[in-house]
Amino acid sequence: MNASARANKWLTAVTWRRLLRDRPIVPLMGLLAILVLVIELADPGIVSPEWTGVIVRASVPLAILAGCQTLTMLTGGIDLSVAAIGSMAGFVTATLVHSPGGVAEGIIVALAAAALAGLLTGIGVGVFRVHPLIMTLGMSFVVLGLSNVWQLQMVQTGAGVPDSLRWIGSSTLAQVVPYNLLVFIPLTLLILLGLRRTGYGRLLYAIGDNPVAARLSGTRAWQVLIVLYVISAVMAAIAGLLISGLTNTASVSLVDTSLLPAVAAAVIGGTSILGGRGGFGGTIVGALILTVLTALLTVLGLPEPTRQVVFGSIIVVVAAAYTRVTSES
Amino acid sequence: MSAVTAPVGAPPANPARTVMSWAQRSSWAIGLVGLLAILLVFTKIIQPSYGVAGIQGLGISILPLGFAAVAQAVVVIAGGIDLSIGSMMALTSVIAATLMDGQSAEFGLAVVAGVLVLGLVLGAINGALVVVTRVPDIVVTLAMSFVWAGFALLVRAAPGGAASPWLMNLVIGPFGNPWIPKAAIVLVIVVAVIWIPIARSRMGLSLYAVGSNQLAAFRSGVPIGRTKIVAYALTGLFAAVGGLALTASTSIGTPVPGPYTLESVAAVVLGGVSLAGGRGGVFGPVVAVMVLQIIQNDMTFLSFDPNFALVAQGVILIGVLILGSVLESRRARR
Amino acid sequence: MTATATGLLLEATDVSKIYGAVVALKAASLAVRPGEVHALMGANGAGKSTLVKILTGAVHPDSGRIAVRGRERTVHSPGEARRGGLVSVYQEPSLIPDLDIRANLRLTDTPLEPFRHWLTQLGIENLDLSSMARRLPLATLRIVDLARALAIEPDVLMLDEMTAALPANLTQRVLEAVASHRGGDRSIIFISHRLIEIASVCDRATVLREGETVGVVDVTPGSEERIIELMLGQIAGEMPAVAGRTAAHRASVTTPRISVRGLASGTKLQDVSFELHPGEVLGVVALEGQGQDELFDILAGSQRPSSGELLVDGSAASFRHPADAIRAGLVYVAADRAEALLMQRSVRENIALPFTTRVRRWGLIDLRAERETVDAAVSRLQIDARAGNEVRRLSGGNQQKVTIARWVAGGVRTMLCFDPTRGIDIRTKQQIYLLLRDLAEAGAAVLLYTSELKEVQLVCDRAIVIFGGRVVEEISGTDADEATLLRAAYHLRSDAAMPEAVAAETVAAETVAPRASDAANGPGAEAAPPEQADPETSR
Repeated sequence: MNASARANKWLTAVTWRRLLRDRPIVPLMGLLAILVLVIELADPGIVSPEWTGVIVRASVPLAILAGCQTLTMLTGGIDLSVAAIGSMAGFVTATLVHSPGGVAEGIIVALAAAALAGLLTGIGVGVFRVHPLIMTLGMSFVVLGLSNVWQLQMVQTGAGVPDSLRWIGSSTLAQVVPYNLLVFIPLTLLILLGLRRTGYGRLLYAIGDNPVAARLSGTRAWQVLIVLYVISAVMAAIAGLLISGLTNTASVSLVDTSLLPAVAAAVIGGTSILGGRGGFGGTIVGALILTVLTALLTVLGLPEPTRQVVFGSIIVVVAAAYTRVTSES
Repeated sequence: MSAVTAPVGAPPANPARTVMSWAQRSSWAIGLVGLLAILLVFTKIIQPSYGVAGIQGLGISILPLGFAAVAQAVVVIAGGIDLSIGSMMALTSVIAATLMDGQSAEFGLAVVAGVLVLGLVLGAINGALVVVTRVPDIVVTLAMSFVWAGFALLVRAAPGGAASPWLMNLVIGPFGNPWIPKAAIVLVIVVAVIWIPIARSRMGLSLYAVGSNQLAAFRSGVPIGRTKIVAYALTGLFAAVGGLALTASTSIGTPVPGPYTLESVAAVVLGGVSLAGGRGGVFGPVVAVMVLQIIQNDMTFLSFDPNFALVAQGVILIGVLILGSVLESRRARR
Repeated sequence: MTATATGLLLEATDVSKIYGAVVALKAASLAVRPGEVHALMGANGAGKSTLVKILTGAVHPDSGRIAVRGRERTVHSPGEARRGGLVSVYQEPSLIPDLDIRANLRLTDTPLEPFRHWLTQLGIENLDLSSMARRLPLATLRIVDLARALAIEPDVLMLDEMTAALPANLTQRVLEAVASHRGGDRSIIFISHRLIEIASVCDRATVLREGETVGVVDVTPGSEERIIELMLGQIAGEMPAVAGRTAAHRASVTTPRISVRGLASGTKLQDVSFELHPGEVLGVVALEGQGQDELFDILAGSQRPSSGELLVDGSAASFRHPADAIRAGLVYVAADRAEALLMQRSVRENIALPFTTRVRRWGLIDLRAERETVDAAVSRLQIDARAGNEVRRLSGGNQQKVTIARWVAGGVRTMLCFDPTRGIDIRTKQQIYLLLRDLAEAGAAVLLYTSELKEVQLVCDRAIVIFGGRVVEEISGTDADEATLLRAAYHLRSDAAMPEAVAAETVAAETVAPRASDAANGPGAEAAPPEQADPETSR
C-alpha cells in the first residue's frame, strides 16, 4: 500500500502531538485566530482596533487571576482565595478613598492585607502541609467574612471607586489601547522572566514535578511556597483593583464570577494542575480565548447560560487533549 | 535469612476490642457529636429563649448543606472530589420547582423520582468523564460545574416555580414532638436509606477500597473505573436530594448555585473524611454541618457581627487541618 | 485429571510487552503442568514481574497467547483473572489499608473457613478479623494476603517473592504450604531469588533473561548451577576490571571526611561506626533490610538518627533537611530514579536543580555560566541528551547519569551512592565505576552501597559489611571477592566453609529491595490499571 502516505499522515499526527505538548501556545494562537475569524463571519465588521481594545481590556484582569492559578498549579497547588482577596482589595481601596492618605493609602492597605492573607495561606500550605485547595478555600472564608465586617464598619463613611482606578481600569488610549496594560505588561514581563530565568522559577517547576527530588536536591519547599502564595495574593489584589476600576463597582463579591474562568484560562493555556508543566504565555492566550469566546457567544445571541455550558465543555475537551498528548511515552 | 524484628501475629479477637476498635475508628464522629451537645447547651445558656423555634430553624437551615456534605463525602471517600455539587443542586432544584409548579401531588411525586434519576445521570456523566479523559477530577468537575449551572439558567433564568405542598410539608415543621424538626428526620432517614445498604454491600467496600489504595483495589479485583463512576453517580443522587431539599425549604427553584460546593468540602473535612480518600463516613459531615450552623447562630446570639461566622468557619477549617497535620507528623516521628 | 490433551494447566506463548522504549518482555513462554510448583527465575529486570502481571490481567500484553487448560483466553483485569482461577500474591500486599480484614475478605469473595484454616497452617493464630489492615505489621499482611489467595483454591497461584521480609519460622510455613500443592490438580508459580527455596519446593524452573525465556530446567540436586548459568547468560564473570585503581589516599594524617559513631535509628539500624576518608571509595555490603537504607537516609539528611554521632570534617553535624547535608558536602545518589528526577523537565534543569535551591540563588540565573557547567557535566558523564527536553524520555542509564551529573557539576566532596547501578546496562555501569574512581582520585570521598557484590572489588578501596544493623566486618578491596563478601553478609565465620545452600544463594545476596525489581521493569511497569490516576497528586 502507499506506505509513504501513511507515514506522512503519522508524521503529521506526531508533529501535532509534539507541538501541543511542547509548545501549546502555537495551536492556542491558532485557535484564537479561528475564533476571531468566526466572530467576524458572524458579525461582519465587528473586528476593529476598538473591539480589540475592549477584548484586551477585559482579558487583562482575567489573565492576572489566571496567572495566580498558573503559578500555584505549577507547584501542584491551586488558589481559590483569589476571588475573595481580589474583591477585598477593590473594596478596601474604595472605602478608604476619603481617608487622609487618599487612594495611595487605600491601595497600600489593600495590597498589605492581601500579602498578609497570602502569607498565612503560604504558611498553612508550606509549613503545615494543608492541601492548597482547602487552605485557600478556608482563607477565602476568612477574607470574605472580614470584608463583610469591614463593609458594615465603613458603610457610613461613604465610598466610591477612586477616579484613578477607574482611569487605569477602564480608559483607553485613542479608544484602542487600554491603560490597564500599563500594569499588565510589566507584570507579565516579570512573571515570564521569573519563570524562565530565575532560580525561584525553576524551583516552582521542580516542586510541582517531583517534590521528593526537589527536597533531595536541597529545596526547602516551605520557603518557596510561602513566597508563592504571597505573590499570588498580591496579584489577585492587583486584578481586583483593575476589575473594580473597570466595572466601577466595589463589592465583597466582585471577583467571584472570575474565579472559575481564571482556572479555566490556566488549564486551557496548557498548565497542568498536577504540577511541573505549563507557563504564563499560554495562560494569557487562554484568557484571550475565553474573552473572545464570550464575545462570540454574545454576538450569536447565546447569553450567559450557554456561555457557561460552552466554557465547561471546552475545559474538559482541552484538558483531555493535553492529558492525551502528555501522558504518552 | 534477613532478620525481621517486626512483631508477627495480631492481638486475639474479643468483643470488647471490637467495640473499642469501632470507637477508635469513629472517634472523630463521636467527638463531633459531643461538641454538638456542648454547643447546644452553650447556646441555651447564652440565649435562654433558645428553644423549639431555634431547633426548628436549625433543622431547616442545615438541610440542603447536609445533603451536599453527604454527596461530597461519598466521592471523597472513593478518592475523588466533586466541585459541581452546588451546580447539580441548582439544576435539580430549578427543574423540580419548574415542573411541580401548579401540578398535582401525584405529578409532583413523579417529578421527585425523575429528578433523583437525573441526579444519578448527572453524577454518572461527571464520573465517566473523570474515568475516560483521565483529567484530574478537580478540573473535570470544576468544568462541569459551569455546564450544569448553565443548564440551570437555561431552564429558568430567574428564581421561581413552586414546590408541591406535600414536599414542603415533608421538611417544614416538627415531627410529633415539637423539639424534633422534620428536616432532621428526613435528612437522617434519606441518608440512612440510601447509604447504609450501599456501605454494607460489596460496592460500598469497593468505594472505600478505591479511595484507600487504588493499586491494591485493582489487584483485589475491584473494577476501578466502574466504581468511580458509581461514586460520582451517588454524589449526583445526593446532590439531587439536596436540590429537592432546597426547593422544599425555599418553595422555589434558584438557578444560581449557592455556596454549597465549597462549604460541602469544608464540612467533609471537619466531618472526619480524609481528603486522601478511604477514611471516614457520611454522618460525620452531617454533624459537622450542624456544628457549623450552631456556631453561626451562637455568634448572632452573642451579638457578634454575623460575618464573623464565616471567618470562624474558615479558621475552624484551617485549624482542624493544621491540627491533623501536626498530630500526623508527631505520630510519624515516634 | 481434568487437564486437556496437552496436559498443561497454563500455557503462555511468545508473550511480549513494550513500554515506550523499554522492552519488558520480548518472547516469554511458560508452560505449567497441573500439580507442579513451577519456579519463575531471572535476574533483575528479566521480566518476571511483568509476566505475572500479564497472566493476572493487570497488564495487557502486546502480543502472545495465553491458554488455561488448553483453552485460549484473554484476561482483561485481575478481577476476571481471579474468577478464571488465576491469582497472584504480590510483593506489596494487596490488602486495602483502610478496611479491616473481614471487609478485605468480603471484597475478594473469600470464604472465611478456608481462610482461617490456611492462616493457622501458615502460623498465624488469633488474628482479630476486625483489625484494620493498616495497623498490622507487614509480615502479617503478607501472610494474610497469601492465606486469602489459598482460600479460594485458584487453579494457578502466583507468588512473587513471597518469602522476602518474612521471618524464618513463617518462611518455613509458607514453603510447607506451597509444597502441599505438589501432585494435586492445581499449580503454583513461585518466584524467588533464593535458590535454596526453589530447590526445596519446586519441580521445574523457567528461566527468563532480558524478557525472553531462555530455558526450562527440572529442579534436581545440582540444577542450581544450570539455572544461574541461564540467568546470567554471557555476561557472567566477564565484567572488565576498572582500570587504574590506585591505593587509597587513606593516610592517617587526614581528618576523615565523615566519621560515624554508634549511629542508630529505629529497629533497623542498631550501631554503625565507620570512617570515610577523602580519596577513597568505601563499599557498604548488606543483605536487604539490614539498616543500610536508614544509614544513607541519615547521612543524606532525610532522617534523623535516634542516637549516635556524625562528624563531618572533624566537627559534629546534625542534618534536619537534605539541604543541610548538601551544604556540608554530602550529596546523595538514589537507586530509584523516580525519586531523584524531574521527569517532565529538561536534562539541563535537572542537572542545575541544586544550584538554585538556596534563597540567595533565587534571583536571575547566569544562563551562560549555567550552560557551561551543565555541558561540562553532560560531556564528562557522556550523557546522550538528544531527547533532553524531557528526562523521562531518556534511557534508564542516561537518567541515572543525570542524577549523578547534578552533583558532579557542582563539584563533589562526598558522594553517597545507594545502589547507583541498579537496573541499568553494563556499559553505563562501567562508566559509573570509572567516574567514581576518578572522583576519588580527585580527592572526593565516596560511600557506595551496592547490591551487586562484583562491584565491590572493581570499585572500592575497602568495604564494610552491615548485618542486623551493625558493622560486622571490614574487608579490604583486594580481598573483597564475592564469596568473601557473601559469607560476611550472612555473618558466617570466614574460616568456616561456606555451606552449599548459601553458596547457591549468590543471587539472593544481590537481593535487591522489593521495589527494585519493579523499578527495573521499566517505566510504567507498575502503572497497571489504565483508569489509574493518582488520587493524591490530582488534588
